[in-house]
This record gives sequence, structure tokens and C-alpha cells, in this order.
Amino acid sequence: MNKITYGLILGGILGIFDGLTSWFTPAVRPQLMGIVLGSTFKGLLAGVLIGIFARKVHSLGLGVLFGLAVGLLFAFFIAYMQRNYYLQIMVPGGLVGLIVGYATQKYGDSSTAPASRT
Amino acid sequence: MNWLSDEAIARLRSAGAEPDLAGTRYRLIERIASGGMGSVYLAEDATLGRRVAIKILDVPDSSGDLAARLQREAHILASLEHPGIVPVHDAGTLADGRVFYAMKFVEGERLDRFSERASTLPGRLRIFQRICDTVAFAHTRGVLHRDLKPENIMTGPFGEVLVMDWGVAKILSANRVSTPTPAETAHDQARDDQRTLATTSSRPSLKTAHGAVLGTPGYMAPEQARGDVERLDERADIYSLGAILQFLIASSERGTQTTPRALVAIARKAMDAVPAARYASASELGQDIARYLDGLPVLAYPENAWQKIARWAVRYRLAIVLVLTYLVVRALLIFWFRR
Repeated sequence: MNKITYGLILGGILGIFDGLTSWFTPAVRPQLMGIVLGSTFKGLLAGVLIGIFARKVHSLGLGVLFGLAVGLLFAFFIAYMQRNYYLQIMVPGGLVGLIVGYATQKYGDSSTAPASRT
Repeated sequence: MNWLSDEAIARLRSAGAEPDLAGTRYRLIERIASGGMGSVYLAEDATLGRRVAIKILDVPDSSGDLAARLQREAHILASLEHPGIVPVHDAGTLADGRVFYAMKFVEGERLDRFSERASTLPGRLRIFQRICDTVAFAHTRGVLHRDLKPENIMTGPFGEVLVMDWGVAKILSANRVSTPTPAETAHDQARDDQRTLATTSSRPSLKTAHGAVLGTPGYMAPEQARGDVERLDERADIYSLGAILQFLIASSERGTQTTPRALVAIARKAMDAVPAARYASASELGQDIARYLDGLPVLAYPENAWQKIARWAVRYRLAIVLVLTYLVVRALLIFWFRR
């Protein structure tokens, strides 16, 4: 499995869980489905970006930092749209990015298509 | 009259048996192995200033049969250019009439000795994959090894894995070898008898009265043990590969956990008494090992649902641990935000 697919799958799974945990916040329970969908999409997108980064840059530290930054940035956008729950959204979002950043650096095939020769 | 001591006589005998390399570019250093047909010596190539291994007949061969066999072995080796097969540099006849060929001197350890030292099972399996690759290559060139065993595998200090001692090799089909050799052409009539060559292995192989080597007990296929020489094909080598795999598994098993069932099944399939039930090729066997190492299902072992789940969990253990970690941290955060 290559790093992008690995990031995509892990980001998607964590995104689903991230969205589902909003059930524990009674005020947003009515929008649970939308939150789960949005959170999953956010996780998938972050996973792909982090996977691409991991394929280009082979550094655990930079990978984790990049993952954290992407996770925080995406979570910030969501929180900004909500105009609320900044901490509750950004902390888990950053955690998702951090985990995906670590996993894509550690695992996944970084091979790319062979370059053509003339 | 002074009598020579036994020790002195033994020394004289040893010196007398040493080949005379005068007139060649090689300088003898020491004997490193000996077998039924000849011995292997460490020598220095004076022209290129490097060490080589030289296989030389133990005695001048008046009939020409042994000489032809050694030449044929050299030609087989020369036709098999592969990183896993020792390259032949030179071949010829010494002043005393003994035939020889020079090859790369392989510094390393025999697989049986290497496996005595600590090594992980995946590490051993990766070595095994390299052996399979080499044997598969030889098969595609129409050459059957027929004496594959840990003693005939060398592991080098830089990760080299070399399949040695092609002395009992059999050519399955002459037209599958790239270039017919002079030795083969000259001995077409006696080809059946000459398909088998002596070996220099330290672990003696069995021979028939006519010189047909059967292989090594424990590593040779049942059909090979029966002396069914004409019916032997690639699957005889696959049986031997299975026996090597079993040896590697048993070596790594000492003092550790039990062997994975999938690996046992792979070895069993390779060593099936019925040739048709074995792997069709050495490549197929190597690929099944690769699948095992990648955490994928192997051809030799049909899994039930629980085994599939267990293998999947092992394969993706990091991702599972990370998801669980996330859930725990998330639960703590929820608890903290709700206070």
C-alpha cells in the first residue's frame, strides 16, 4: 500500500471517529450526520496531502509537523465556519493530522513510477 | 637407517597431492574443500592480483571421463551468469594433466553455519527468497541443481547469497542453455552418464556405482532418491528448496515461539511426495514467501475467517494502535471539555 492510500484510509477512518464523537456534545447532536460527513471529508483530504508529503519528504519529524499543521489548519476552517468550539474541534483535528503524519512516514510504500529513459 | 615419522610421511603425502600450478597464472595458497572428484584450493591470480578458488581434479584423469565432467561443470557455471551463482574466470589443464577451473573466491559463511547464529525469521526468509530467485534463473536456463542444501549455500558479509556446487547439475534441455559447450558436444553419446558430477561438498552426496549422484538424504526428492533420473525436473529442486526452508524455520524456532502455520504449509507444499502437488516453479515458491512476509495470504494455506482477521490485525497493527490511541485521547478530551 502506498503512502497516499495509507494516509487516505487512516485519515478517513479517524475523520469518521472524529465526527462521531460530536455525539457527546448534546448541542450539536442534530447536525451529527453533516458533522460526520464533513469530518470524514476533512480527514480524507488531510490524509492525501500528508501522504503526498510523506512520499516526497522522508523525515519523521517533518512528517509529524506537517501532519499536525494540516490537521490544525483544516480544523480551524471548520471551527471558523461554526464560530464556536475552536478548542473542541482543533485539538482532535490536530491529533488526527499528527497521527496520520507519523503513520505515513513510518509505513507505506514510497515507490513512484519509474522515470522514463531516453 | 633413520625412519620417517608418521607426521613427516603425512606431510610428504599432502605435499605430493598438491597440484602443480607451474605454468599457470595462479599461486597455490591452501586447500579449502575436497570432494569425490576433486578439491577446491584458494590461490592467487598473479596477473590480476586477486584471490580465486580453483577446483582441480584430485588425480590426472587417463580416461578423460572425470576431466570432461569437470569441464562440463565449468561450462554450466559459465552459462549461468547471475548474482546468485559464482562466476567462472578461467578453465584449463595443468602440467600434470589435471583439469581445473578458476572461479571467484567467495568469502562468507555456509548457510548451515550462518543459521546457527542469531538471525530473525524474516531475515532468513529473505535469504531463502534469494535462493529461490537463483534456482528459478537456473531452471529457466534449463539447468537443474539436484543437490540443494544449506551446506551448498554461501552467505557473504555484504548480503550476498550464492548457490554453490553445481557439480551434480543436470541439463534438462540442451536448447534451453544459451550456448552449447564443447564438452557437451564431445560427450553427447555418454550424456546420460555424464549428467551427474561429483561434488566438493563437505557433506557427502550419495552416488551410484556408475557415478550418478542422487543428492543428499533429507534434501532430495523421493523421485530423486529412487534414482528416477530421467523423470527429474524442476520440481526435484523445489523439494530441496522446501527442505532448506524447513531447516531455516527449525533453526529460527530454537528457543523462540512456534512456527507460523502458513510457513509450515509452504514447506510442506514444496516437499509434497507427489511432484505435481508441489509449487510449479521456484519463482512461485519465492512469491509465496514474499506474500507471507508482506502479511498477505499464501497459496499453500487456506485460512478461515478468524485467521484472516488475525493476519489482517497483525499487518495493520500500527494503524489499529494509532486509531485506538486516538480514541482514548479523544475520550479524555471529551471528559475534560464536559467538566
